[in-house]
Amino acid sequence: MKNKSVIEKIIAVLFALAVWQILAMAIGESLILVTPITVVRRLCSLIFEIDFISSVAFSFVRIVSGFIIALIFGSVLAIFAGRFRAIDTLLWPFMTAIKTIPVASFIILCLIWLSSKNLSIFISFLMVLPIVYTNMLSGIRNTDKKLLEMTSLFRVGFFRKLKYVYLPQIYPYLISALSVSIGLSWKAGVAAEVIGIPSGSIGEKLYEAKIYLSSGDLFAWTVVIVLISILFEKLFLFLMRQLFGRMVKS
Amino acid sequence: MDIVVKNLSKSFDGNTVFSNFSISFKSPGVTCVMGPSGCGKTTLLNILIGFIQKDSGEISDIPAKKSAVFQEDRLCESFNAVSNVRLVCKKNISNDEIRQNLGEIGLSESLDRPVSELSGGMRRRVAIVRAVLADADIIFMDEPFKGLDDTTKAGVIEYVLCKTRGKTVIIVTHSMDEARALGGDIISFPEGD
Repeated sequence: MKNKSVIEKIIAVLFALAVWQILAMAIGESLILVTPITVVRRLCSLIFEIDFISSVAFSFVRIVSGFIIALIFGSVLAIFAGRFRAIDTLLWPFMTAIKTIPVASFIILCLIWLSSKNLSIFISFLMVLPIVYTNMLSGIRNTDKKLLEMTSLFRVGFFRKLKYVYLPQIYPYLISALSVSIGLSWKAGVAAEVIGIPSGSIGEKLYEAKIYLSSGDLFAWTVVIVLISILFEKLFLFLMRQLFGRMVKS
Repeated sequence: MDIVVKNLSKSFDGNTVFSNFSISFKSPGVTCVMGPSGCGKTTLLNILIGFIQKDSGEISDIPAKKSAVFQEDRLCESFNAVSNVRLVCKKNISNDEIRQNLGEIGLSESLDRPVSELSGGMRRRVAIVRAVLADADIIFMDEPFKGLDDTTKAGVIEYVLCKTRGKTVIIVTHSMDEARALGGDIISFPEGD
Protein backbone atom coordinates (compact mmCIF):
# COMPACT_ATOMS: atom_id res chain seq x y z
CA MET A 1 0.00 0.00 0.00
CA LYS A 2 2.84 2.37 0.94
CA ASN A 3 4.74 1.43 -2.25
CA LYS A 4 1.62 2.15 -4.28
CA SER A 5 1.33 5.58 -2.71
CA VAL A 6 5.00 6.34 -3.44
CA ILE A 7 4.60 5.24 -7.08
CA GLU A 8 1.50 7.43 -7.41
CA LYS A 9 3.42 10.40 -6.05
CA ILE A 10 6.35 9.81 -8.41
CA ILE A 11 3.91 9.65 -11.34
CA ALA A 12 2.28 12.91 -10.18
CA VAL A 13 5.68 14.66 -9.94
CA LEU A 14 6.73 13.39 -13.40
CA PHE A 15 3.40 14.59 -14.79
CA ALA A 16 3.90 18.06 -13.23
CA LEU A 17 7.44 18.23 -14.66
CA ALA A 18 6.13 17.22 -18.09
CA VAL A 19 3.45 19.93 -17.95
CA TRP A 20 6.10 22.47 -16.93
CA GLN A 21 8.44 21.39 -19.76
CA ILE A 22 5.65 21.55 -22.37
CA LEU A 23 4.52 24.99 -21.13
CA ALA A 24 8.08 26.36 -21.15
CA MET A 25 8.65 24.99 -24.67
CA ALA A 26 5.33 26.43 -25.83
CA ILE A 27 6.18 29.88 -24.45
CA GLY A 28 9.69 29.55 -25.86
CA GLU A 29 11.09 32.37 -23.77
CA SER A 30 13.41 31.33 -20.92
CA LEU A 31 13.09 34.74 -19.28
CA ILE A 32 9.39 34.12 -18.64
CA LEU A 33 9.45 30.40 -17.93
CA VAL A 34 12.60 28.35 -17.86
CA THR A 35 12.45 24.60 -18.61
CA PRO A 36 12.97 22.06 -15.81
CA ILE A 37 15.96 20.66 -17.67
CA THR A 38 17.63 24.09 -17.64
CA VAL A 39 16.88 24.38 -13.92
CA VAL A 40 18.50 21.00 -13.24
CA ARG A 41 21.55 22.04 -15.27
CA ARG A 42 21.80 25.33 -13.40
CA LEU A 43 21.34 23.52 -10.09
CA CYS A 44 24.19 21.16 -10.92
CA SER A 45 26.52 24.04 -11.66
CA LEU A 46 25.25 26.06 -8.69
CA ILE A 47 26.23 23.51 -6.05
CA PHE A 48 29.86 23.69 -7.19
CA GLU A 49 30.04 27.46 -6.92
CA ILE A 50 32.31 28.81 -4.15
CA ASP A 51 29.63 30.66 -2.20
CA PHE A 52 26.89 28.01 -2.47
CA ILE A 53 27.64 26.30 0.84
CA SER A 54 28.26 29.59 2.66
CA SER A 55 24.96 31.04 1.40
CA VAL A 56 23.04 27.93 2.40
CA ALA A 57 24.79 27.87 5.80
CA PHE A 58 24.10 31.58 6.37
CA SER A 59 20.36 31.19 5.80
CA PHE A 60 20.11 27.76 7.44
CA VAL A 61 21.73 28.85 10.70
CA ARG A 62 19.57 31.95 11.01
CA ILE A 63 16.22 30.48 9.98
CA VAL A 64 16.69 27.33 12.06
CA SER A 65 17.86 29.42 15.04
CA GLY A 66 14.68 31.50 14.85
CA PHE A 67 12.63 28.33 14.58
CA ILE A 68 14.28 26.67 17.60
CA ILE A 69 14.08 29.82 19.75
CA ALA A 70 10.35 30.02 18.90
CA LEU A 71 9.92 26.35 19.75
CA ILE A 72 11.47 26.81 23.18
CA PHE A 73 9.91 30.20 23.90
CA GLY A 74 6.46 29.16 22.63
CA SER A 75 6.54 25.99 24.72
CA VAL A 76 7.53 27.86 27.89
CA LEU A 77 4.83 30.50 27.31
CA ALA A 78 2.25 27.76 26.71
CA ILE A 79 3.21 26.03 29.97
CA PHE A 80 2.74 29.28 31.91
CA ALA A 81 -0.47 30.14 30.04
CA GLY A 82 -1.79 26.66 30.76
CA ARG A 83 -1.08 27.19 34.44
CA PHE A 84 -2.20 30.83 34.68
CA ARG A 85 -5.13 31.82 32.48
CA ALA A 86 -4.27 35.51 32.89
CA ILE A 87 -1.06 34.98 30.91
CA ASP A 88 -3.04 33.51 28.01
CA THR A 89 -5.37 36.51 28.12
CA LEU A 90 -2.44 38.96 28.19
CA LEU A 91 -0.71 37.19 25.31
CA TRP A 92 -3.85 36.93 23.19
CA PRO A 93 -3.52 40.35 21.43
CA PHE A 94 0.14 39.67 20.60
CA MET A 95 -0.49 36.21 19.22
CA THR A 96 -3.51 37.36 17.23
CA ALA A 97 -1.54 40.29 15.80
CA ILE A 98 1.36 38.05 14.78
CA LYS A 99 -1.03 35.57 13.17
CA THR A 100 -3.00 38.15 11.19
CA ILE A 101 -0.49 40.85 10.19
CA PRO A 102 1.11 40.11 6.78
CA VAL A 103 4.67 38.85 7.06
CA ALA A 104 5.86 41.58 4.64
CA SER A 105 4.64 44.27 7.05
CA PHE A 106 6.63 42.67 9.86
CA ILE A 107 9.73 42.40 7.69
CA ILE A 108 9.68 46.06 6.71
CA LEU A 109 8.91 47.15 10.27
CA CYS A 110 11.66 44.96 11.72
CA LEU A 111 14.19 46.32 9.21
CA ILE A 112 13.92 49.58 11.12
CA TRP A 113 14.78 47.85 14.39
CA LEU A 114 17.21 45.14 13.38
CA SER A 115 20.17 44.66 11.06
CA SER A 116 19.22 42.87 7.86
CA LYS A 117 21.76 40.19 8.77
CA ASN A 118 19.69 38.99 11.72
CA LEU A 119 16.26 39.81 10.33
CA SER A 120 15.52 36.24 9.21
CA ILE A 121 16.10 34.94 12.77
CA PHE A 122 13.45 37.27 14.14
CA ILE A 123 10.96 36.76 11.30
CA SER A 124 11.30 32.98 11.45
CA PHE A 125 10.85 33.20 15.24
CA LEU A 126 7.82 35.42 14.89
CA MET A 127 6.02 33.19 12.40
CA VAL A 128 6.63 29.98 14.35
CA LEU A 129 5.89 31.35 17.85
CA PRO A 130 2.06 31.54 17.67
CA ILE A 131 1.78 28.11 16.04
CA VAL A 132 3.89 26.41 18.72
CA TYR A 133 2.21 28.40 21.49
CA THR A 134 -1.35 27.70 20.32
CA ASN A 135 -0.80 23.99 19.70
CA MET A 136 1.12 23.41 22.92
CA LEU A 137 -1.53 25.26 24.90
CA SER A 138 -4.27 23.12 23.31
CA GLY A 139 -2.29 20.02 24.28
CA ILE A 140 -1.90 21.22 27.85
CA ARG A 141 -5.57 22.23 28.13
CA ASN A 142 -6.70 18.88 26.75
CA THR A 143 -4.62 16.91 29.23
CA ASP A 144 -6.75 14.24 30.86
CA LYS A 145 -8.10 15.82 34.06
CA LYS A 146 -8.67 12.43 35.64
CA LEU A 147 -5.01 11.53 35.20
CA LEU A 148 -4.06 14.84 36.80
CA GLU A 149 -6.37 14.05 39.72
CA MET A 150 -4.70 10.67 40.01
CA THR A 151 -1.21 12.19 40.11
CA SER A 152 -2.26 14.77 42.67
CA LEU A 153 -3.78 12.08 44.92
CA PHE A 154 -0.61 10.00 44.72
CA ARG A 155 1.52 13.14 45.26
CA VAL A 156 3.48 12.58 42.05
CA GLY A 157 6.27 15.13 41.56
CA PHE A 158 6.40 17.65 38.72
CA PHE A 159 8.98 15.91 36.53
CA ARG A 160 7.28 12.53 36.77
CA LYS A 161 3.95 14.19 36.01
CA LEU A 162 5.57 15.85 33.00
CA LYS A 163 6.92 12.55 31.70
CA TYR A 164 3.93 10.32 32.42
CA VAL A 165 0.97 12.64 31.87
CA TYR A 166 1.81 15.86 30.03
CA LEU A 167 4.34 14.71 27.40
CA PRO A 168 2.21 11.86 26.00
CA GLN A 169 -0.75 14.25 25.76
CA ILE A 170 1.20 17.15 24.23
CA TYR A 171 3.18 15.00 21.79
CA PRO A 172 0.62 14.88 18.90
CA TYR A 173 -0.05 18.61 19.22
CA LEU A 174 3.66 19.41 19.14
CA ILE A 175 4.34 17.21 16.12
CA SER A 176 1.43 18.85 14.30
CA ALA A 177 2.80 22.32 15.18
CA LEU A 178 6.28 21.38 13.97
CA SER A 179 5.00 19.94 10.68
CA VAL A 180 3.27 23.22 9.89
CA SER A 181 5.86 25.63 11.23
CA ILE A 182 9.11 24.29 9.76
CA GLY A 183 8.00 25.02 6.18
CA LEU A 184 6.58 28.37 7.27
CA SER A 185 9.82 29.39 8.97
CA TRP A 186 11.70 28.83 5.70
CA LYS A 187 9.14 30.73 3.62
CA ALA A 188 9.10 33.69 6.01
CA GLY A 189 12.86 33.61 6.67
CA VAL A 190 13.76 33.68 2.96
CA ALA A 191 11.16 36.39 2.34
CA ALA A 192 12.88 38.46 5.04
CA GLU A 193 16.23 37.91 3.33
CA VAL A 194 14.87 38.91 -0.08
CA ILE A 195 13.59 42.18 1.36
CA GLY A 196 16.50 42.82 3.75
CA ILE A 197 19.14 41.52 1.28
CA PRO A 198 21.78 40.51 3.84
CA SER A 199 25.08 39.81 2.14
CA GLY A 200 25.84 36.12 1.57
CA SER A 201 22.31 34.80 2.07
CA ILE A 202 20.02 32.72 -0.13
CA GLY A 203 17.66 35.69 -0.14
CA GLU A 204 20.38 37.83 -1.69
CA LYS A 205 20.82 35.22 -4.45
CA LEU A 206 17.09 35.31 -5.17
CA TYR A 207 17.19 39.10 -5.24
CA GLU A 208 20.12 39.07 -7.67
CA ALA A 209 18.25 36.57 -9.86
CA LYS A 210 15.39 39.07 -10.03
CA ILE A 211 17.70 42.04 -10.78
CA TYR A 212 19.57 40.17 -13.53
CA LEU A 213 16.35 38.60 -14.87
CA SER A 214 17.86 35.17 -14.42
CA SER A 215 14.93 32.75 -14.26
CA GLY A 216 17.28 29.77 -14.17
CA ASP A 217 18.97 31.03 -11.00
CA LEU A 218 15.63 31.92 -9.43
CA PHE A 219 14.21 28.45 -10.02
CA ALA A 220 17.44 26.68 -9.03
CA TRP A 221 17.69 28.56 -5.71
CA THR A 222 13.99 27.93 -5.10
CA VAL A 223 14.59 24.20 -5.56
CA VAL A 224 17.49 24.45 -3.10
CA ILE A 225 15.25 26.15 -0.50
CA VAL A 226 12.48 23.57 -0.96
CA LEU A 227 14.94 20.67 -0.66
CA ILE A 228 16.63 22.06 2.46
CA SER A 229 13.27 22.82 4.05
CA ILE A 230 11.92 19.32 3.35
CA LEU A 231 15.14 17.61 4.48
CA PHE A 232 15.26 19.66 7.67
CA GLU A 233 11.58 18.96 8.37
CA LYS A 234 12.03 15.19 7.89
CA LEU A 235 15.19 15.10 10.01
CA PHE A 236 13.81 17.27 12.79
CA LEU A 237 10.51 15.38 13.00
CA PHE A 238 12.40 12.08 12.99
CA LEU A 239 14.59 13.24 15.88
CA MET A 240 11.61 14.58 17.82
CA ARG A 241 9.69 11.31 17.32
CA GLN A 242 12.70 9.34 18.51
CA LEU A 243 13.19 11.60 21.53
CA PHE A 244 9.53 11.65 22.52
CA GLY A 245 9.12 7.96 21.71
CA ARG A 246 11.81 7.17 24.25
CA MET A 247 10.43 9.57 26.82
CA VAL A 248 6.77 8.58 26.66
CA LYS A 249 7.32 4.83 26.48
CA SER A 250 8.88 2.63 29.06
CA MET B 1 -8.91 6.12 65.35
CA ASP B 2 -12.06 5.71 63.28
CA ILE B 3 -12.91 8.05 60.46
CA VAL B 4 -16.09 9.87 61.33
CA VAL B 5 -18.35 11.61 58.85
CA LYS B 6 -20.87 13.86 60.58
CA ASN B 7 -23.89 15.67 59.11
CA LEU B 8 -22.53 15.55 55.57
CA SER B 9 -24.60 17.35 52.96
CA LYS B 10 -23.98 17.48 49.25
CA SER B 11 -26.14 18.34 46.29
CA PHE B 12 -25.52 18.83 42.58
CA ASP B 13 -27.63 21.42 40.75
CA GLY B 14 -30.39 21.15 43.33
CA ASN B 15 -30.34 17.33 43.43
CA THR B 16 -29.55 16.26 46.97
CA VAL B 17 -27.14 13.35 47.27
CA PHE B 18 -26.58 13.60 51.03
CA SER B 19 -28.46 15.51 53.66
CA ASN B 20 -27.07 15.46 57.20
CA PHE B 21 -25.53 12.08 56.47
CA SER B 22 -23.38 10.50 59.21
CA ILE B 23 -21.23 7.40 59.08
CA SER B 24 -17.99 6.07 60.52
CA PHE B 25 -15.28 3.82 59.07
CA LYS B 26 -13.06 1.50 61.08
CA SER B 27 -9.45 2.65 60.99
CA PRO B 28 -7.34 0.67 60.46
CA GLY B 29 -9.52 -1.99 58.87
CA VAL B 30 -11.58 -2.87 55.83
CA THR B 31 -15.02 -1.37 55.27
CA CYS B 32 -17.20 -2.31 52.32
CA VAL B 33 -19.76 0.25 51.20
CA MET B 34 -22.67 -1.33 49.37
CA GLY B 35 -25.75 0.06 47.75
CA PRO B 36 -27.65 0.40 44.48
CA SER B 37 -26.29 2.41 41.57
CA GLY B 38 -26.74 6.15 41.89
CA CYS B 39 -27.13 6.19 45.68
CA GLY B 40 -23.98 8.30 46.13
CA LYS B 41 -21.28 5.74 46.99
CA THR B 42 -18.79 7.15 44.49
CA THR B 43 -19.68 10.71 45.52
CA LEU B 44 -18.93 9.82 49.15
CA LEU B 45 -15.61 8.29 48.11
CA ASN B 46 -14.72 11.39 46.07
CA ILE B 47 -15.57 13.63 49.03
CA LEU B 48 -13.38 11.53 51.33
CA ILE B 49 -10.56 11.60 48.77
CA GLY B 50 -10.95 15.36 48.39
CA PHE B 51 -11.90 15.48 44.70
CA ILE B 52 -15.37 16.85 45.50
CA GLN B 53 -16.07 19.58 48.06
CA LYS B 54 -18.84 18.89 50.57
CA ASP B 55 -21.57 21.50 51.05
CA SER B 56 -21.49 21.10 54.82
CA GLY B 57 -20.60 18.61 57.53
CA GLU B 58 -17.45 17.31 59.16
CA ILE B 59 -15.01 14.57 58.30
CA SER B 60 -12.52 13.79 61.05
CA ASP B 61 -9.29 11.84 61.33
CA ILE B 62 -8.84 11.03 57.68
CA PRO B 63 -5.17 10.14 56.99
CA ALA B 64 -3.28 12.56 54.76
CA LYS B 65 -1.57 9.90 52.66
CA LYS B 66 -4.28 8.55 50.38
CA SER B 67 -4.36 6.07 47.57
CA ALA B 68 -7.16 4.84 45.32
CA VAL B 69 -8.45 2.45 42.72
CA PHE B 70 -10.73 4.70 40.72
CA GLN B 71 -13.93 3.73 38.97
CA GLU B 72 -11.95 4.16 35.73
CA ASP B 73 -8.45 2.71 35.73
CA ARG B 74 -6.69 6.06 35.19
CA LEU B 75 -3.51 4.47 33.88
CA CYS B 76 -0.84 6.13 31.74
CA GLU B 77 -1.64 4.41 28.46
CA SER B 78 1.71 4.41 26.66
CA PHE B 79 3.62 3.07 29.67
CA ASN B 80 3.81 -0.53 30.78
CA ALA B 81 2.41 -2.00 33.99
CA VAL B 82 5.68 -1.69 35.92
CA SER B 83 6.08 1.99 35.00
CA ASN B 84 2.49 2.75 35.94
CA VAL B 85 3.09 1.34 39.40
CA ARG B 86 6.58 2.88 39.61
CA LEU B 87 5.00 6.32 39.05
CA VAL B 88 3.39 6.33 42.49
CA CYS B 89 5.89 4.29 44.51
CA LYS B 90 8.56 5.52 46.85
CA LYS B 91 12.17 4.95 45.83
CA ASN B 92 12.64 2.17 48.38
CA ILE B 93 10.32 -0.09 46.37
CA SER B 94 12.40 -1.71 43.64
CA ASN B 95 11.26 -2.60 40.15
CA ASP B 96 11.76 -6.26 41.05
CA GLU B 97 9.35 -5.83 43.93
CA ILE B 98 6.81 -4.22 41.62
CA ARG B 99 7.25 -7.04 39.11
CA GLN B 100 6.79 -9.58 41.88
CA ASN B 101 3.58 -7.91 43.06
CA LEU B 102 2.17 -7.76 39.55
CA GLY B 103 3.14 -11.40 39.11
CA GLU B 104 1.29 -12.35 42.29
CA ILE B 105 -2.01 -11.43 40.67
CA GLY B 106 -1.30 -13.10 37.36
CA LEU B 107 0.30 -10.32 35.31
CA SER B 108 3.81 -11.73 34.99
CA GLU B 109 3.35 -12.32 31.24
CA SER B 110 2.22 -8.75 30.57
CA LEU B 111 4.67 -6.65 32.54
CA ASP B 112 6.42 -5.00 29.60
CA ARG B 113 3.46 -4.32 27.34
CA PRO B 114 1.92 -0.83 27.25
CA VAL B 115 -1.21 -0.92 29.40
CA SER B 116 -3.22 0.26 26.39
CA GLU B 117 -2.71 -3.24 25.00
CA LEU B 118 -3.97 -5.02 28.12
CA SER B 119 -7.49 -6.37 28.67
CA GLY B 120 -9.93 -4.63 31.02
CA GLY B 121 -9.29 -7.16 33.79
CA MET B 122 -5.52 -6.85 33.48
CA ARG B 123 -5.69 -3.06 33.60
CA ARG B 124 -7.85 -3.30 36.71
CA ARG B 125 -5.23 -5.44 38.40
CA VAL B 126 -2.47 -2.95 37.49
CA ALA B 127 -4.60 -0.21 39.10
CA ILE B 128 -5.02 -2.36 42.23
CA VAL B 129 -1.26 -3.04 42.57
CA ARG B 130 -0.59 0.69 42.05
CA ALA B 131 -3.01 1.61 44.85
CA VAL B 132 -1.67 -1.03 47.20
CA LEU B 133 2.03 -0.24 46.71
CA ALA B 134 1.61 3.53 46.89
CA ASP B 135 2.83 5.24 50.03
CA ALA B 136 -0.56 5.63 51.75
CA ASP B 137 -2.34 5.06 55.04
CA ILE B 138 -5.81 4.89 53.56
CA ILE B 139 -6.87 3.21 50.32
CA PHE B 140 -10.15 3.91 48.56
CA MET B 141 -11.36 1.36 46.05
CA ASP B 142 -14.31 2.00 43.77
CA GLU B 143 -15.54 -1.35 42.44
CA PRO B 144 -11.98 -2.65 42.22
CA PHE B 145 -12.87 -6.18 41.11
CA LYS B 146 -15.04 -5.11 38.19
CA GLY B 147 -14.24 -7.15 35.09
CA LEU B 148 -12.41 -9.96 36.90
CA ASP B 149 -13.51 -13.57 36.60
CA ASP B 150 -14.31 -15.45 39.82
CA THR B 151 -11.02 -17.35 40.04
CA THR B 152 -8.89 -14.27 39.41
CA LYS B 153 -11.09 -12.23 41.76
CA ALA B 154 -10.47 -14.64 44.66
CA GLY B 155 -6.71 -14.34 44.17
CA VAL B 156 -6.85 -10.55 43.90
CA ILE B 157 -8.99 -10.24 47.06
CA GLU B 158 -6.47 -12.39 48.92
CA TYR B 159 -3.65 -10.20 47.58
CA VAL B 160 -5.42 -6.98 48.65
CA LEU B 161 -6.13 -8.27 52.16
CA CYS B 162 -2.54 -9.42 52.56
CA LYS B 163 -0.95 -6.18 51.33
CA THR B 164 -3.24 -3.73 53.10
CA ARG B 165 -2.95 -5.20 56.58
CA GLY B 166 -2.71 -2.39 59.13
CA LYS B 167 -4.12 0.21 56.73
CA THR B 168 -7.56 1.68 56.33
CA VAL B 169 -9.37 0.38 53.25
CA ILE B 170 -12.76 1.63 52.06
CA ILE B 171 -14.18 -0.41 49.22
CA VAL B 172 -17.29 0.35 47.19
CA THR B 173 -18.86 -2.77 45.76
CA HIS B 174 -22.19 -4.06 44.43
CA SER B 175 -21.44 -7.66 45.30
CA MET B 176 -22.27 -9.16 48.67
CA ASP B 177 -19.96 -12.10 47.81
CA GLU B 178 -17.04 -9.69 47.40
CA ALA B 179 -17.93 -7.91 50.66
CA ARG B 180 -18.07 -11.22 52.54
CA ALA B 181 -14.78 -12.37 51.04
CA LEU B 182 -13.13 -9.13 52.12
CA GLY B 183 -14.41 -9.49 55.68
CA GLY B 184 -14.49 -6.36 57.85
CA ASP B 185 -17.45 -4.03 58.19
CA ILE B 186 -20.21 -3.83 55.63
CA ILE B 187 -22.18 -0.62 55.32
CA SER B 188 -25.33 -0.91 53.30
CA PHE B 189 -25.70 2.57 51.96
CA PRO B 190 -29.42 3.50 52.23
CA GLU B 191 -29.41 2.24 55.82
CA GLY B 192 -26.52 4.43 56.72
CA ASP B 193 -28.35 7.54 55.54
